[in-house]
Amino acid sequence: MSAHTISTNPVKRLISVDRFLTFIRIFLVTMIVVGFLAFIWQQIDADNPFARWRNPGARGLTGDQFKGLIVSGLSQGSMYGLIALGYSMVYGVLGFINFAHGEVFMVGAMTGFIASDKFQANGMWESNFLLCLALIIVMAIFFSTFTAVVMERVAYRPLRSSPRLIPLITSIGVSFFIQNFVLGLFGPATKSYPRLPEWLSKQRSIFTFEIAGTRLLVLAVAAVSMTALWYFVERTKTGKAMRAVAEDKEIAALMGIDVNRTIVTTFAVGGAMAGVGGILWGLMFRSVTHMTGFLPGVKAFTAAVVGGIGNLGGAMAGGISLGSAESIAPLIILEPLGVPGVSQLKDAVAFTVLVLVLLFRPSGLFGERLSSEDRA
Amino acid sequence: MSSDNGSPKDVTALLEFRQVNTHYGAVHILKDVDLAIYPGELVCLLGGNASGKSTTLKTLLGMVTPTSGEVVLDGEVVNNKPTSYRVVNGVTMVPENRRLFKRLSVKENLELGAYLRNDKEGIAEDLEKIYGLFPRVKERLSQKSGTLSGGEQQMVAIGRALMSRPRVLLMDEPSMGLAPALVQQNFELIQQIHSDGVAIFMVEQNANMALSIADRGWVLQTGRVVLDDTAEALLANPELRASYLGEG
Repeated sequence: MSAHTISTNPVKRLISVDRFLTFIRIFLVTMIVVGFLAFIWQQIDADNPFARWRNPGARGLTGDQFKGLIVSGLSQGSMYGLIALGYSMVYGVLGFINFAHGEVFMVGAMTGFIASDKFQANGMWESNFLLCLALIIVMAIFFSTFTAVVMERVAYRPLRSSPRLIPLITSIGVSFFIQNFVLGLFGPATKSYPRLPEWLSKQRSIFTFEIAGTRLLVLAVAAVSMTALWYFVERTKTGKAMRAVAEDKEIAALMGIDVNRTIVTTFAVGGAMAGVGGILWGLMFRSVTHMTGFLPGVKAFTAAVVGGIGNLGGAMAGGISLGSAESIAPLIILEPLGVPGVSQLKDAVAFTVLVLVLLFRPSGLFGERLSSEDRA
Repeated sequence: MSSDNGSPKDVTALLEFRQVNTHYGAVHILKDVDLAIYPGELVCLLGGNASGKSTTLKTLLGMVTPTSGEVVLDGEVVNNKPTSYRVVNGVTMVPENRRLFKRLSVKENLELGAYLRNDKEGIAEDLEKIYGLFPRVKERLSQKSGTLSGGEQQMVAIGRALMSRPRVLLMDEPSMGLAPALVQQNFELIQQIHSDGVAIFMVEQNANMALSIADRGWVLQTGRVVLDDTAEALLANPELRASYLGEG
């Protein structure tokens, strides 16, 4: 009834908002195109007029440097992807963003530190590394899964029938709780993971790529975990039930699927992936604190949105795209434009990618258009 | 229950309501409803909007718990048993508007119908049976079910329900949203399933068509059963003709 009277105003306002968004779209695209063209010109002739104006002293990138950027982007991105899966799966079945998922990842990293520190103290880390690695991964999976499942049971299940904003806000509270719980248990000091044994971390040359063993390990473990997850979701009966619950809980129950148990499984599997991610993060960056979950969590959430939230392939692809963009874009777009201190701008790049995706393809790179009735 | 409503007298009802009342919050939906579905019957429930038809189905399936009265399955009171218990014991539903899992393939939809079964050979056998019933479905097994036409989706929805080997199939508005040409075909299909010995409990807007194939029927009005009779008697009932069959 009153819709008619309200309708004129928002339409008018929408036009000015649209103009602003169009301006941002044009600005970002122009920057990317100009930056990339400047990069190519700089690669061809490092002393061209544009480079002399914007980026004097530019030398361009060598092929090896470029390959290095790709490898570090991929390994960083595959960690984002592992965490992003949890955001995406929970969103798929419950329709809200579990902001405490970053803490599940942190719990995995912390578990890995405590265990590997003990292993190093008794010398097993050096003498039997692969066994240690397997053990810390299993322990991290256990504690992360446990955290995620308890979180669902205590914080989210009682809110199942409330509006989706409520569990979302709750998840921020859960996040603070876990951070401070871990702070209370282990203190604020930065914990450093033991060094990887030399035979594993040394540089290797694969297909002309010079890759640090650590990155190779990260890529391999991430690939195995993602394949296992894919198999679980696409090929097993429980995975099928999970996809059915994500689409229509009432009809899933009509098929005889235990919806509550399936939701717990979803949290558990997402938690396990975050646990593996936590270990890889620890091995890669070798430091962990109670705040470790925050930035990777936000980035992984970004990755999930970039890939199309609710879509598992999208979460992996989103993670890898985001990691690669973070690693490559500063040097091939920002540096040629003469932006100072580009290596500090990783985070800015990541969130700019998010803005770009939201501006041009709000449903994400691989997302389907969501009907308003089943998603908030 | 009156004795001349055409229901079999000396058999245990497969599924039964005894004086069922339900509430959504403070709103009283079903009021002292008595129903009984006997093995192998084809019965229908008629009623206008908001008369309580969907609630009846949800209560039969255990998605809504009655506030008083009993839901009885094979003589056992199942008020507090979950939906899965009823599915295992041969009750299932083809929901209104089909509600397929649109992002899952046709094959996966059918397999989910057999989610609670563990007999691999039986499942494979039933899949073959459904392919025989719906050759069109077999051609589209790996397609996402959301890409099928309305008629094909109806086939998959019925197939999915049959995969649980039901003894009674509840159908919520089976002809809703189907092209007129398909409605007739759909009713023939229902008769065919019925002739294989599956009891059918149909909730329909299309009263004329439904009564023409049913044995018995009920008319629900604001949550109360106002008529309970054989299909012929209902078809001849002047009151019903006036309100549901668009005459008078």
